[in-house]
Amino acid sequence: MEWRLDGEGPIWAQMVENVKRGIVTGAYGPGERLPAVREMALEAGVNPNTAQRALTELERQGLVYAQRTAGRFVTGDAGTIERLRRELADGKVRAFLEDMEALGYSREEILSLIRDPRDVSGGERHEA
Amino acid sequence: MAILKCAGLSKRYGKVSALEGLDLAVEPGRIVGLLGPNGSGKTTLIKLANGLLRPSEGKVLIDGREPGVESKKLVSYLPERACLPEWMTVQGLLGFYGDFYADFDRAAATDMLSRLEIDPKRKLKHLSKGNREKVQLILVMSRKAKLYLLDEPIGGVDPAARDFILGTIIRSYNPEAAVIISTHLIADVEKVLDDVIFISQGKLLLNASADDLREQRGKSVDEVFREVFRC
Repeated sequence: MEWRLDGEGPIWAQMVENVKRGIVTGAYGPGERLPAVREMALEAGVNPNTAQRALTELERQGLVYAQRTAGRFVTGDAGTIERLRRELADGKVRAFLEDMEALGYSREEILSLIRDPRDVSGGERHEA
Repeated sequence: MAILKCAGLSKRYGKVSALEGLDLAVEPGRIVGLLGPNGSGKTTLIKLANGLLRPSEGKVLIDGREPGVESKKLVSYLPERACLPEWMTVQGLLGFYGDFYADFDRAAATDMLSRLEIDPKRKLKHLSKGNREKVQLILVMSRKAKLYLLDEPIGGVDPAARDFILGTIIRSYNPEAAVIISTHLIADVEKVLDDVIFISQGKLLLNASADDLREQRGKSVDEVFREVFRC
């Protein structure tokens, strides 16, 4: 998995977000075995204690479960994964709304912009 | 019990004070960044901890005892400068380390060297600077020590070598041992650190968990460092 750890906020919390995204996008499929702590630490380039803390938090949130000797697995529960997907989506939407409102747009204006986004690729942003 | 403890630790070179009244404890299982600008006392602290220097005042204790013959069995030290005889082959160095240190795990070292595709029959002086540094780190990390003192392990190597070195530190992690990494290249190491110690002009400025610091300040350790040491 591609790890995105940008230095903002605790690394363990960023790792939790990364794994959550992995679960929703299917990088870690339902019921799939997760890498062991040390493997995950190496992959993400972090301290094993940090990886351990992230996994413990994911367990606490019911997204991951441990089997005594076999390791840790992603939940197989479709409802839980669907709720997680919605939670991540809500987070994105809230952040987007905050940004747009800071730019001075009302909810209605934002909605109409979403329905009809102008193509801003290619650097011709200011033609209008 | 703390594997490294400093109490009122001071070191003076003539009239110049390199460390002043340092109080510090490092517990096993932690990877600690010893961070400070050049000349802040990082190397002095490390040399005091492995008995290469004697305190002017105060105490430094390794596993409860003053540095000496016994503590050298517990401490694995990577000096700031290359210190291995350059005429020796990599293989020869494995034997050398095995003879010196009872806790040297030759199989682990051989395994790490093979990952690097370094021919053990080559002499150290015929390796690239990056590979020489990697060999030295592999030797140091292949001991089953209680305290690893790494003085600037990532200074002067390219980013790929840096990743290898940090990966080796993570791979060698042992919950019963502590690792102290001195560096001023914080952005590169901060993800690997449990705790950070900032020292400046021989004094302790800050001793905190890296994640707590990031959480409280809403910044990376690197940014906090730049703020604290702004010139």
